[in-house]
Amino acid sequence: MSRIIVVTSGKGGVGKTTTSAAIATGLALRGKRTAVVDFDIGLRNLDIIMGCERRVVYDFVNVIQGEARLRQALIKDKRLENLSILPASQTRDKTALTLEGVKKVLDELSADFDVIVCDSPAGIEHGAFAAMYWADEAIVVTNPEVSSVRDSDRIIGLLASKTKRAIDGDAPVREHLLLSRYDARRAKRGEMLSVADVLEILAIPLLGVIPESPAVLESSNSGTPVVLNGRSEAGEAYLEAVERLLGRDVPHRFLNGKPRGILSRLFGN
Amino acid sequence: MRILEYFLPTKRSAATAKDRLQIVIARERAQVSAQDYLPSLQKDLIDVIRKYVTVEDGQVQLQVDHVDGCDVLEINVQLPPPRRSMARI
Repeated sequence: MSRIIVVTSGKGGVGKTTTSAAIATGLALRGKRTAVVDFDIGLRNLDIIMGCERRVVYDFVNVIQGEARLRQALIKDKRLENLSILPASQTRDKTALTLEGVKKVLDELSADFDVIVCDSPAGIEHGAFAAMYWADEAIVVTNPEVSSVRDSDRIIGLLASKTKRAIDGDAPVREHLLLSRYDARRAKRGEMLSVADVLEILAIPLLGVIPESPAVLESSNSGTPVVLNGRSEAGEAYLEAVERLLGRDVPHRFLNGKPRGILSRLFGN
Repeated sequence: MRILEYFLPTKRSAATAKDRLQIVIARERAQVSAQDYLPSLQKDLIDVIRKYVTVEDGQVQLQVDHVDGCDVLEINVQLPPPRRSMARI
């Protein structure tokens, strides 16, 4: 059986799709056969972040409704041969994601992949439930900002009550906190919630801290997952998180930010 | 420019954010867990009350309020007009 990991947050715009793309690509870089699935029916975006938007022929809903085979809908990444993308439908209604239909697709993916990354839509509606329902693990993407932390707390509550594992009384969904868009200097000055503050409130294990980085926008501009886009702080922080997902105990390098020279201290932003 | 910030007082709003979050999240966690059990508690209560008096579903109301730092469960049962044959309690 493959590991099913949902990337979720409640709030929109915190970096779920960026994270799904980066983590899935990072896992593939580390040799895992990885599929990344877009659950945001009607607002497809994983394809454009992964840079394969022009290769979409069939989608997730086509497969669920028997209009295409899974093999026809899966897009093989051009950079990494053990990475595939299953795009969301752009035209259908999100109720097309039935729990049984999703299960069938996940089971079929399980035969060929070690890890399945499910990119959840924002909100706590049908699509978000469908994305989390079958998950073994959850990456809760949170920004150090009040509305994001509050919504993450709601999502953590739902992971503990509305997933298949919760309903069946199995071992709970393993939760990981990924704090993104973090500015260690602002946190140190008391202007931004710190890693410790967010951990104290949400009380789930820390998978990684992704520093605010211009590389994230540059990567999405070009359709290259940030872990492949040269050496950037955000890319390295995501690769660190991938190591932890693979069970390696690596030190957190991005908690305190990079040391800065005198000029950038005085004139930087 | 950062150079100015050394001479201006800094705002430490993160502490305020943390306090506000802790309060709102504690309240929401209590509400969410109450919402999970309220419907089945209501059903069980109606069954128990019906052993003694005839009540309609809508005549048993439950709600959780947050008063002075405590969660208060309020149960409101509207009894039918008294009839002698029912007066056994």
